[in-house]
Amino acid sequence: MKRTITITINGEARNVDVSPSDVLLSVLRDRLGVTSPKEGCGRGDCGSCTILLDGKIVRSCLILAIEADGHDIVTIDGLGKDGATKLQKALIANNAFQCGFCASGIILAATALLEKNPSPSEEEVKEALSGNLCRCTGYQPIIDTILEVSRS
Amino acid sequence: MSDLKYVGTSTVRVDGAPKVMGAATYVDDMDFGGNLIYAQVVESPHAHALIKGIDTSEAEAVPGVIRVVTGEEFPFTFGLYMQDRYVFARDRVRFVGEQVAAVLSRDPRIAMAAAKLVKVDYEVLPNVLDLGDALKNDAVLVHENLADYEHVPWFFPRVNTNIAHWRKTRKGDIKKGFAEADVIIEDTYEVPRYAHCPIEVHAIVGLYDHSGRLTLWSGSQSPFTQRNVIAEALKPLGLSHHQVRVITPFVGGGFGGKAGVSMEIIAAAVAMVVRGNPVKVLWSRAQEFYNTYQRQGVLARVKLGAKKDGTITAIEHDLHWDAGAYVEYGANVVNAVGLSATGAYRVPNVKIDSLCVYTNLPPGGPYRGFGYSEFHFGLESHMTRMAKQLGMDPIEFRRKNAIRGGDTLCYGAEMNENGLLEAIDKVSDAIEWGTKEESADENKVIGKGFSCFWKAPAMPPNASSAAFLKFNEDGSINITVSGMELGQGYLTVMAQVVAEVLTVPPNKIRVETPDTDRNPYEWQTVASHVTWSCGNAVKKAAVEAKEKMIDVVHRARGFDKDDLYLDDEKVKSKSDASFELPFSEFVINGIMTEDGTFRGGPIVSSGMFMPEFASALSDPETSQGGHPNVHYTVGAAGVIVEIDKDTGKMHIKRAVLAVDAGKALNPSLVNGQIVGGMLQGIATVLYEEIKFDKNGKLVNCNFTDYKLPTSLDVPDEVIPIIIEVEQPDGPFGARGIAEHTMIPAAGMIANAVEDALGIRLKTLPITAEKVALALNGINYEDVRGDFMGLCFMGDREKYDFDAVRQT
Ligand code: FES
Ligand code: FES
Repeated sequence: MKRTITITINGEARNVDVSPSDVLLSVLRDRLGVTSPKEGCGRGDCGSCTILLDGKIVRSCLILAIEADGHDIVTIDGLGKDGATKLQKALIANNAFQCGFCASGIILAATALLEKNPSPSEEEVKEALSGNLCRCTGYQPIIDTILEVSRS
Repeated sequence: MSDLKYVGTSTVRVDGAPKVMGAATYVDDMDFGGNLIYAQVVESPHAHALIKGIDTSEAEAVPGVIRVVTGEEFPFTFGLYMQDRYVFARDRVRFVGEQVAAVLSRDPRIAMAAAKLVKVDYEVLPNVLDLGDALKNDAVLVHENLADYEHVPWFFPRVNTNIAHWRKTRKGDIKKGFAEADVIIEDTYEVPRYAHCPIEVHAIVGLYDHSGRLTLWSGSQSPFTQRNVIAEALKPLGLSHHQVRVITPFVGGGFGGKAGVSMEIIAAAVAMVVRGNPVKVLWSRAQEFYNTYQRQGVLARVKLGAKKDGTITAIEHDLHWDAGAYVEYGANVVNAVGLSATGAYRVPNVKIDSLCVYTNLPPGGPYRGFGYSEFHFGLESHMTRMAKQLGMDPIEFRRKNAIRGGDTLCYGAEMNENGLLEAIDKVSDAIEWGTKEESADENKVIGKGFSCFWKAPAMPPNASSAAFLKFNEDGSINITVSGMELGQGYLTVMAQVVAEVLTVPPNKIRVETPDTDRNPYEWQTVASHVTWSCGNAVKKAAVEAKEKMIDVVHRARGFDKDDLYLDDEKVKSKSDASFELPFSEFVINGIMTEDGTFRGGPIVSSGMFMPEFASALSDPETSQGGHPNVHYTVGAAGVIVEIDKDTGKMHIKRAVLAVDAGKALNPSLVNGQIVGGMLQGIATVLYEEIKFDKNGKLVNCNFTDYKLPTSLDVPDEVIPIIIEVEQPDGPFGARGIAEHTMIPAAGMIANAVEDALGIRLKTLPITAEKVALALNGINYEDVRGDFMGLCFMGDREKYDFDAVRQT
């Protein structure tokens, strides 16, 4: 049974017909063309599908599209809509990412952290990123950049 | 070289903004419209079985299923170095998870459900899951038709055995070498299989259109090699190379797993039978574990002899590799190690036997380090053990035997100049070698470990790179190359090389990811060779463009060519300081002369590089006579580890790695490789381990059960050190460093554990559990149960390396 839901994505209300079993990540990627959240595992292990749902970190592979009906989603495209954020600028300047596949999830997780806790300790940064796997960077350049931005 | 402006600086990545802003496109992000077909693979549940028949009728009756394809339709073999693979298993399956058929539907969920309805009639065969079984005299053969497979001339398969390749290297007189030794240590080390785990899984879309062209959008490290292998394999269907096009957008990590051709053949072949429809094959995370390539397991016996004064006299190194069901790529890993398993040391008498052994496990293949991480574990453990037995300092022992430029390598060629001694000294200082550290927690002890490393690019002697360059109206530049940006920063470095020659800043240079129709040839982005090889091609293209620009100005304005030079995006004259012509004024439209005619035109150029001195031809019994490796990159690494005596839990307090980059074209990117590669290496020691059940099924194919390090697992401190001893034939002196950064991990951690606890662990991984068991005097092998991550299920000490010689 298809149902029309409305999700606000990066400030724009979008309607889409979904089945009750449709996963939010695949609706975003395959139906709405929002491909910046990536699928790395499809079972909540990697964090590459991270989005902000009403400002909170959510793994979009773990929730159904209908659960997002009427809610507000921010992806990395929305974060940088008016140009790179301070954090994004610093990550670019520091060559913090490599293949970039994890970047959208990690940057959203870091953004949510800094919003809640503008001057986190190194331990708090590590804790906040611990649900996002990165196979390339060894995390340290990303952690250092987040701390650098929070201290500036 | 001191006046370099762009090379040697930590330029911001050209792909930094697309990735950080979420704009970078990977294959699965591309939209192929409503016509897209999904191919869901039907997989073998058996490690070894004959296929007696396949009944597709029930699956094909499902509404929405377009059709089912099986191996019947593709009676071809393919492979990079040995053609031992099939598009779909045909008469027999050789590992659990192998593709047997594919169900096609425009709805991926229908394809997935219908795949379960394909009935395959199997006759289960006895299997070989470990080296002991595979090398028995009457072993079950994984490939009965090994003799029929085409392969490169430097492989030596043993027909009627499971030995797909045997690399022998002999130097000096091994008997004499051991006779001269005062101390000989012999022991066996075991390294299990590992998975690459790029966060992006394999994804490919193939479209065979009605004009007869096959286009592949592929997340690949090797677009041209993919085109070649696929065009060759599908030649019987009427394809030629110019009709095959491989387009590679950004790749979300490769680490060797996306080199060559593995699952990609499925999309290419299936596309041929549903002409006009794009076909997508998207691996699940589980498939990413068991049906791409895995790092091969190895059982290695090291025998090392040394004199009382610390001089190494001989090494004998036997390496038996669990290479899996297909070795078209993995056999070359075995080969590379067979040529280099002395490590970065001068050894006068050498005997290496590196054997590629078929087993009924997933195909082995290239993984960052290409076999070197594996053999360094045993070798570097042995180096420390030998030093201790001689009563020498382990670092001093390595220093004494470190290989120098001009030394004779074990296959007879000469070692390149290198900074190994400098690396040893700098790492030694950085881990404060010689000072014993005490933990503040009395339940914990601290140990230090050290390892040298080396690695050469493993590639065919004629592996080459090419580059095209073109100017735009405003003096900005586009270059096209076909190396792949895997995250290492290759595109940025290529821009820096052009910038240096043509004085145009990197942010005005666009470097595109590959499209085999438009970009020039590159062999593959593997072997840490693209900075060196493609860097040379790009530099030549830039130099050619420069010559063309100077020629135009000479012809239009009459200056001597020698008088002209490039500076700050202008052509200038040495003799006439008032003359300067910005590139933007002539690089497309030329220069008008007095009579109104023009000279010049669009500046375009190309460059090519092939190492013409390399050769893979040598005596099969000794490996003497060739020049298979172009050069080695060397370095050293050390760790300070804190270990909890109750739980065995290890915490890396400091990790240091020094690598000789020749010339670091971009130090920030080199540091990125060191920090990232070290954690990847440390993870193979402390956390990761592939486990199979006793039927050969991989049981931990997800990130809950196969643990990757998270941000909570990073060392307290990582110190990257760059050494620069110029590589004379490299671009601005550069050589590759990317794989090398994970090679020393196992040896240095094993050595640190022994330093802290007096326990010598000889099997990877070195998990907290194993350390805790060892502290309690329990042998891990006695308690490991049915799950095997190891390439030999029996008692390692009793493994008979010599039995195989009779075959
Ligand atoms: S794809 Fe959602 S956590 Fe991995
Ligand atoms: S940069 Fe590749 S996974 Fe993070």
